[in-house]
Amino acid sequence: MDKAFCTPLDITQIEHNFAEINPAMSAAEAMQEANRCLYCYDAPCMHACPTHIDVPGFIKKIASGNVIGSARVIFDANPIGASCARVCPVEVLCEGACVEKTLIKKPIEIGRLQRYATDHAMAVDKQIFEKGEANGKSVGIVGSGPAGLSCAAYLARLGYDVTVYERREQPGGLDTYGMAEYKMPQSVSLSEVDHIARLGVEFRLNTEIVAGSAETLGPVNHVGVELLREWHDAIFLAVGLGETNRLNIPGEDLEGVIDALAFIEQIKTRDWKSVPLGRNVAVIGAGNTAVDAVTQAKRLGAENVMMIYRRTEADAPAYEYEIELAKKDGVEFHWQTKLIKIGGEISVLALLCSKPDGTEFAIECDMVIKAIGQQKMASFFTDITGVDVDEKGRVVVNGQMQTSDPAIFAGGDCANGGAEAVDASQMGKHAAEGIHHALTGESVQFAGSSVKPVEKTAVHHH
Amino acid sequence: MADLTTNFAGLKSPNPFWLASAPPTNMGPMIERAFDAGWGGAVWKTLGERITNVSSRLAALDQGQVRMIGLNNIELITDRPLEVNLKEMAECKKKYPNHTVIASLMVESKKEAWQEITKRTQDTGCDGFELNFGCPHGMSERGMGAAMGQVPEYTCMVTEWVKEVSDIPVIVKLTPNVTHIVPPGRAAQKGGADAVSLINTINSVIGVDVDTMIPYPNVNGMAAHGGYCGTAVKPIALNMVSELARDAEFNIPISGIGGINTWRDAVEFMLLGAANVQVCTAVMHYGYRIVEDMIDGLNNYLDEKGFASVGDIVGKSVHRMTDWGDLDLNYDVKALVHKDKCIQCNLCYVACEDGAHQSFEFEEVDGKRYPRVIEAECVGCNLCALVCPSPGAIEMIRVDAGGPTESWRQRTAGN
Repeated sequence: MDKAFCTPLDITQIEHNFAEINPAMSAAEAMQEANRCLYCYDAPCMHACPTHIDVPGFIKKIASGNVIGSARVIFDANPIGASCARVCPVEVLCEGACVEKTLIKKPIEIGRLQRYATDHAMAVDKQIFEKGEANGKSVGIVGSGPAGLSCAAYLARLGYDVTVYERREQPGGLDTYGMAEYKMPQSVSLSEVDHIARLGVEFRLNTEIVAGSAETLGPVNHVGVELLREWHDAIFLAVGLGETNRLNIPGEDLEGVIDALAFIEQIKTRDWKSVPLGRNVAVIGAGNTAVDAVTQAKRLGAENVMMIYRRTEADAPAYEYEIELAKKDGVEFHWQTKLIKIGGEISVLALLCSKPDGTEFAIECDMVIKAIGQQKMASFFTDITGVDVDEKGRVVVNGQMQTSDPAIFAGGDCANGGAEAVDASQMGKHAAEGIHHALTGESVQFAGSSVKPVEKTAVHHH
Repeated sequence: MADLTTNFAGLKSPNPFWLASAPPTNMGPMIERAFDAGWGGAVWKTLGERITNVSSRLAALDQGQVRMIGLNNIELITDRPLEVNLKEMAECKKKYPNHTVIASLMVESKKEAWQEITKRTQDTGCDGFELNFGCPHGMSERGMGAAMGQVPEYTCMVTEWVKEVSDIPVIVKLTPNVTHIVPPGRAAQKGGADAVSLINTINSVIGVDVDTMIPYPNVNGMAAHGGYCGTAVKPIALNMVSELARDAEFNIPISGIGGINTWRDAVEFMLLGAANVQVCTAVMHYGYRIVEDMIDGLNNYLDEKGFASVGDIVGKSVHRMTDWGDLDLNYDVKALVHKDKCIQCNLCYVACEDGAHQSFEFEEVDGKRYPRVIEAECVGCNLCALVCPSPGAIEMIRVDAGGPTESWRQRTAGN
């Protein structure tokens, strides 16, 4: 890749390209949309939400002018409700289940209404929940992504002393570093973290958990897992996933071959001119992260952006609406295209590919972005924390999110293998319930912990 | 094309749609524009003694995103000089000889005052009078408007005064702020009225600003009760119209007023006995132009139903109104959920569970959860069908054998 090359677009154009795809609602728009909600009972949207937010409940509070009350309903069931309002695949979750979609093909814009309410709470700087009365117990949380944040918020509300260990400079995990910029700017994730910090949760950044019982301080601190056991009554592991998978083909390590998460993370700085960018960018993979990479490469000004996937469009793991977005952005698709090697004679990074019939052909490009999934953190669990993983490398947990070590709980991508932020948030909620039960014997159920079947009133007429 | 012309108590109009006495009929040029838009008649904003209005004057009831389902006003009768109104009335009538121009009147309860204004106004060439015995706010505190309409003897007396000197039809506008509408209706008839119009506005306080805690409409920090009108009052008006229409002793024409927005509303009033209708709030909201669809829709309706003239539908549903005691106790309907149209909002379920007779349960079909009616429990109240947002998803089905009828009156006749 031409190292000097970066975006050719002027800043105004780039800012325009990266403007939020689902912009904020005005008060008038929110009122109109909120009033359109039918206020379903035992609502399908609530069932469809992994955190089971009382969606009709929060929407009707917007309609009644009780916007703080609305935000409370949201954050009660999902402590990262502001992020999820922006990054959730609502098309396949709440909005996909909306009865207005069934009735008139126009679901209520639940995501944007959720954003409206949570934005309001943030804007007026309302502390919605308070730290619970200290119960003298301490929990250490490893990882400050969606699962860790959610668990931290619930435990703090119960009165736990919570410390979150984060190896990165900034908290928030993928909410902070991994979301397409046009879906959510970093500031939203950080202010959500800030609200959770105000519940008394301590964040130790630049701090990595390692094996053993030593603590070494430096630009990156290393804390032995045995110290966590000593300091805390329970540990919640929410470490997410690891490095991007390897392609295992020649040329993979050439300069100019980067992984999608690194590319996305560079964009998050919004220092547009500092993001290395090819003129012809090839993205390998067709998952949601691959879409985030192609759309952002295009928006940043790459002339030609290609998505290369070995199977058919129908097999693509990305949501259909994400592929549609990539199409709209003018991405070029190479379906059923197997990558054989990277590196050519004319251009250094040319891709040698083959079609199902065996024909081989070259794709000229000067930047390759790998988006073929992340590795599991199996060795972290087996070697450092000593808990069981399954055959796929996921940490094994029970319904209470408890691992094979009763003092260690886990959740999020490291446990489910990689899903949405909202799924991780729900696991963080379950972990908080599980930890509380393990440490106190008390059962607690947070809002949206589960959806209980409607209880039919007994009929007493006759 | 059906014949839309009406002859209301001798007052001929190109169609049954009149503008009610209110801000849209404040002056000649406005009424002329209304006639150009298609209105068949107009009742001039009430003439009377000089008054002074306050600011502000109106406040509204909204429902969700729907603005102004009810409107409340504390505006009084016309605040323009009588001679100006009379001059414009004469000009208007001259320009629009085929449209109906009605002068609404209200003065203090003195024979001389009523007869004088009647005679002066009559000279304009207007087609008829409407006596405003209905205005519930402001004027009523001075012994006028509803203060007269609420006492049948006064209604009769003033009507007689006007009739003594009037050469043209006299309509008495009735107030709904009474316990029973029949006595004032009969009193107007007894006084010689050629017709009645109803309803005038209803006593109301529309609401309170919860931030300032000042009720609406705010007049320098204070509020007074006003007159309520608009869509929300239609059921009250329909009841009063039908009560008069059903009354055997009452037999003069009725002009229906109250929450009429569309041709459909107008048809309902006419089916229950109104010979024409008057409209105000809908025009205040959307302008004179709404009459175009009222005429067009009425025409299409009459054609579709096979009526040659709009007069043919007047009173068609009156015989369908009766007393509760005469309703058939044997008639039995039950709700049925049509799954193909059900969107699983479960509003029927919760409405029945908490607001009716617990007659719903859930059933799983193809992985979807549908509400299902427990027939043995369903009393056929309609609530589920009323709350259902999906057209046709809940049908009320007759389940009795259609045998002999029996009313409460019949059942208890021997007791």
